[in-house]
Amino acid sequence: MEQKVSNNNIIMGYTRSDLTNFLIAMILSFVAIPLVVQTDYWYSSILIPWLCLALAAIGQQIVMGYAGQLALGAAGFMAAGAFACFNLILRVPDIPFFVALGLSGLVAAAFGILFGLPSLRVRGIYLMVATLASQFFIVWMIDKFGWFKNYDTSGIITAQDIVILGKPFTSPLEMYLVILVVVTVLTVLAVNMARGSTGRNWMAVRDMDIAAESMGISLLKTKLQAFAISAFYCGVAGALFAFTYLKSLEPVAFDIKLSFKILFMVILGGLGTISGAFIGAAFILLFPVLLNSVGNNVFHGAIDATIISSIEQVVFGALIIIFMIYEPLGMAKLWGNIKQRFSKNK
Amino acid sequence: MTIDRNFPIGEPVLEVKNISLRFGGVKAITDSSFSVLKHEIKAIIGPNGAGKSSLLNCINGIYQPQEGSIAFKGEVLEKITPNLIAQKGISRTFQNLALFKRMSVLDNILVGRRLHMNSNFMQVAFQLPKARAEEKENLAKCEEIVDFLEIADIKNTPVGKLPYGLQKKVELGRALATEADFLMLDEPMAGMNVEEKREMCRFILKVNDELGTTMVLIEHDMGVVMDISDNVVVLDYGKIIADGPPNEVRANQEVIDAYLGVSHD
Repeated sequence: MEQKVSNNNIIMGYTRSDLTNFLIAMILSFVAIPLVVQTDYWYSSILIPWLCLALAAIGQQIVMGYAGQLALGAAGFMAAGAFACFNLILRVPDIPFFVALGLSGLVAAAFGILFGLPSLRVRGIYLMVATLASQFFIVWMIDKFGWFKNYDTSGIITAQDIVILGKPFTSPLEMYLVILVVVTVLTVLAVNMARGSTGRNWMAVRDMDIAAESMGISLLKTKLQAFAISAFYCGVAGALFAFTYLKSLEPVAFDIKLSFKILFMVILGGLGTISGAFIGAAFILLFPVLLNSVGNNVFHGAIDATIISSIEQVVFGALIIIFMIYEPLGMAKLWGNIKQRFSKNK
Repeated sequence: MTIDRNFPIGEPVLEVKNISLRFGGVKAITDSSFSVLKHEIKAIIGPNGAGKSSLLNCINGIYQPQEGSIAFKGEVLEKITPNLIAQKGISRTFQNLALFKRMSVLDNILVGRRLHMNSNFMQVAFQLPKARAEEKENLAKCEEIVDFLEIADIKNTPVGKLPYGLQKKVELGRALATEADFLMLDEPMAGMNVEEKREMCRFILKVNDELGTTMVLIEHDMGVVMDISDNVVVLDYGKIIADGPPNEVRANQEVIDAYLGVSHD
């Protein structure tokens, strides 16, 4: 992928292959899928969570894959975004949905800066422990202060309907399209940042911070910027996740397990690639579905469902170890290698 | 050496005064003073552990000396950080290579353009005309450097995959990309063969000659030092024992003793 960037066919900084890939993805996702996929199950159980979590994974990717800061607490920022969105729609009359979504991202970004502060002092595994604070603090805060949940005592709050320009978007297909628009825009922006000077500064800090500093990069600004942008993506993803997938707001949905899930998506998908976020999210979401259907269809229920879910855990663990050893750059790199071999043979 | 230089050697541009650096009880540098003249190539030599790199790291702001002052272009620098030094127009390379290993050669050199690129992340994210123009302009500049260093064929290779000699060249490229008028090269030729060393010398002299860049370099190869430097500082056990033109330094008894290892009383 890197090699193609300096191709001659540059249009606005993109190569021809970038544009064809983008066009194919757009046609597939905006036209082909809505035409072909008719069952709600696919939208509400696979495509919607996939896009939401891929967006959160992009956030994790920015802070960890690009800026090299080992942060663990994506779900905390997602919770911040989700509850910010809920409160904005609840308390600000007639706020347009996309405005509420953007502001939720900004709220999460503010938390990102706050919880990114330890990165100026500690690094590696110690930073990971320090950033866990975001996970626990944000969820605790929402639980502790009733205001955030509008003093609802039932514990589960139903999310408001998404209304855009007076039209409610409530069917799975409609919600899918709303998410798709958001994810497309934010992905393009992320790719632009990653390839531009912003991404270079992040990667320089990741690869050799002393040299980055000697070239005039401010570590403080660059790290906090990465944390803020990362949290913004997680916040928007969290709001979408709550409003379209969970359809409810409950702090427990954003527990440490979700943070780990997003971390694994990034590791398996490939550190330091935007596409890795999508591949990793797809894998983590689809793998259990696949395993289940194999269990049901091949063994006709001969294997107990609990055993299947344990197998899932074992395979995940094994895969992470295998990737760490053989392909630290993850599935995105694997896919790149396959493509390269293919084009060489031609 | 000194015949018809485009940029004749001028006034002192960097003045290091009475610097002392200690790590706990270990004295890395003791009460050392020297200055670097504008447009000159100044070599710092000395046995291993003499404090050469520590000296550069003090100027660069990586280490904070306990005593002494450093003045650049007539201004005494307070609270030196690597960032401040970069902004003042001093760039450097590192002894043990400090490249961005997973980034391509071109991207590494582009990071050197950091202070010439000031679009913020929003402008980059939305690819606004300013960010695009800036990227294009700086990319062209880096392509020039890549051509100058004759590494155009590897410009898209991740730096971590390159052999040592080429990585040293990339690091020089990154330092050049800053367009700093003061360069500090920490063992730019370590681990190179004769051929590579000759090439590196050529680049260093060419940069000095064409751009007038003032250079401080640490080097172990005496042949190289005597050939390319205008002045030489000799460090031994954290102290400056000689400072002057190469031929004078070579004849200095203390220097000879330091290199041959006469016992210190």
